[in-house]
Amino acid sequence: MTIIDEDVRRIKLLANSIRQTIVRMLAAAGSGHTAGPLGMSDIFAALYFHVLKHDPKNPNWPERDRLFLSNGHIAPVLYASMAHSGYFPVEECLTLRKFGSRLQGHPERELLPGLESTSGPLGSGISQAAGYAYAARMDGKDFRVYVATSDGEHDEGNSWEGAMFAAAKKLGNLTQIIDRNFIQIDGNTEDVMPLEPFGDKYRAFGWHVIDIDGNNIRQFVLACEEAKTVTDKPTLIHALTVPGKGIKSIEHDYLWHGKPPSKEEEVVFLKELSLAREELLETIK
Amino acid sequence: MIQKDLHLREDVFEGKEKAPTRNGFGKGVVEAGRADARVVVLSADLAESTRADAFQKEFPERFVEVGVAEQNMATVASGMAAYGKIPFITSYATFSPGRNWEQIRTTIALNNVPVKICGMHAGLLTGPDGATHQALEDIALVRAMPNMIVISPCDAEEGRKAALAAAKNGLPTYLRFARDKTPVMTTPETPFEIGKAQVFWKSKNPKVAVFATGPLVYNALLAARELEEKGIGTAVVNVHTIKPLDRETIVSLARETGSAVTVEEHQITGGLGGAIAELLARECPTPIEFVGIEDKFGQSGEPKELVEYYGLGVSHIVAAIKRAAKRRG
Repeated sequence: MTIIDEDVRRIKLLANSIRQTIVRMLAAAGSGHTAGPLGMSDIFAALYFHVLKHDPKNPNWPERDRLFLSNGHIAPVLYASMAHSGYFPVEECLTLRKFGSRLQGHPERELLPGLESTSGPLGSGISQAAGYAYAARMDGKDFRVYVATSDGEHDEGNSWEGAMFAAAKKLGNLTQIIDRNFIQIDGNTEDVMPLEPFGDKYRAFGWHVIDIDGNNIRQFVLACEEAKTVTDKPTLIHALTVPGKGIKSIEHDYLWHGKPPSKEEEVVFLKELSLAREELLETIK
Repeated sequence: MIQKDLHLREDVFEGKEKAPTRNGFGKGVVEAGRADARVVVLSADLAESTRADAFQKEFPERFVEVGVAEQNMATVASGMAAYGKIPFITSYATFSPGRNWEQIRTTIALNNVPVKICGMHAGLLTGPDGATHQALEDIALVRAMPNMIVISPCDAEEGRKAALAAAKNGLPTYLRFARDKTPVMTTPETPFEIGKAQVFWKSKNPKVAVFATGPLVYNALLAARELEEKGIGTAVVNVHTIKPLDRETIVSLARETGSAVTVEEHQITGGLGGAIAELLARECPTPIEFVGIEDKFGQSGEPKELVEYYGLGVSHIVAAIKRAAKRRG
């Protein structure tokens, strides 16, 4: 799987749609996390519309690639991507966090077809994905297992236990995508609990590490490709992302980690995203 | 008298045959592995002590060593179960489900995948290792979790059957095992069904229902025999499944006898005592005496010494039964 300019443009437009849905769903919910989902929209658009082998009409397709979301609080980007790719109607996104909704504040596997795990409490996704990848390899399966994680959750020991396990078992069928956005709830990661040199830590743990700009779709897709060629190590796609990406006034601001846009901010944010969409369409012409 | 239909050992009161319940686990999980290729066993650097080594020897390719990392073990198992394996995770109960409780809650119970959490060295029978390694709170920890089945076998033979049954139930399940050798009461012919309590002993006109779990069931039987000779009739129930409780058996016996005693090697709070009290308070309010750990930690010592010191010996059960009999309405 390579990627041509036309793919990149198409995915950029989809990422823009996903961002608009994220803003709408968070404003409707009145609570939730904004910065992470916006920062990961490019990667999730690329995953759902280019990288993952999956079938929205058959979510339990045995040969599908598996995507685990470890930092469940960025669920809006997952739900929006699933909706736009056809798992459920986009309008259902507006039920996020509401009573009776399948779109729980943090993902619950049993409620929504297409989810691989229940997540939210941080630090447990790498191990779950590694366990899945290990079991799949026992049976000679050739689908890939992806796990999206956050930098903040690397404060948790369980993350590093999982990282050790995946390398020890040489899980070449596992790709971790780290949303390295340098923010967490209490502040910037390097102030709260320094993680640098992050990529080198993973190299020392025995992972294949690919450093990319996490808002560059081409770089991300090529990194996913490279990961497939490394069969004796798990791969970390060390994605430097811009939290809040797409809304200039909130980018890199950790205060936007855990709050939603107000109804007024929703209007402003959607306008900014619509303008960006028009600019994108211009370049395509 | 001993209830014949359960095929208990004929020499049950001689206590000749002794084995740790963990040995039963070791045998049972190997048998489960032979019966179902999806069964895998994970170890956190305690393969010999947890008896997971028997499985390791027979199925090395289905044995997963995770190192001293119980949180990792639970979450790796969650992933393996989501794939379709039937993972048994093995460690000491203080660490699993102690240290990794939240991982079990979120990634196994709420996620609803069939991981079998095998907590070894549960209770005071852990002995010399001391309080740090004597799990007296594990039942409370797992019992409070929705979706979780909780099993506490009374002897090695039942431990074997419990492992086999857990492999087949398709649900998140906790299995509790002990370190020290204890009398084997049951035989291969003794039935075992998750959720079905067993009346091991029943006198004519029983006045007290004794609900016991784990190896202390043996002490409860000794107490029952002693009291029957003195004219106080009891029923002794092996409550091997603490969740779901066998409501029908427990409530009907409480109704029949009019008083109850619970016996366990665990904190009364949140343990079998708590569970029985919750059930009977709702369905058949009954005076209850509790034999169990009274809000204390354990300490180093020989299992026998500890059982006596913490008030779980035969004489303590006898005294509790007498108190319960007096409180009958």
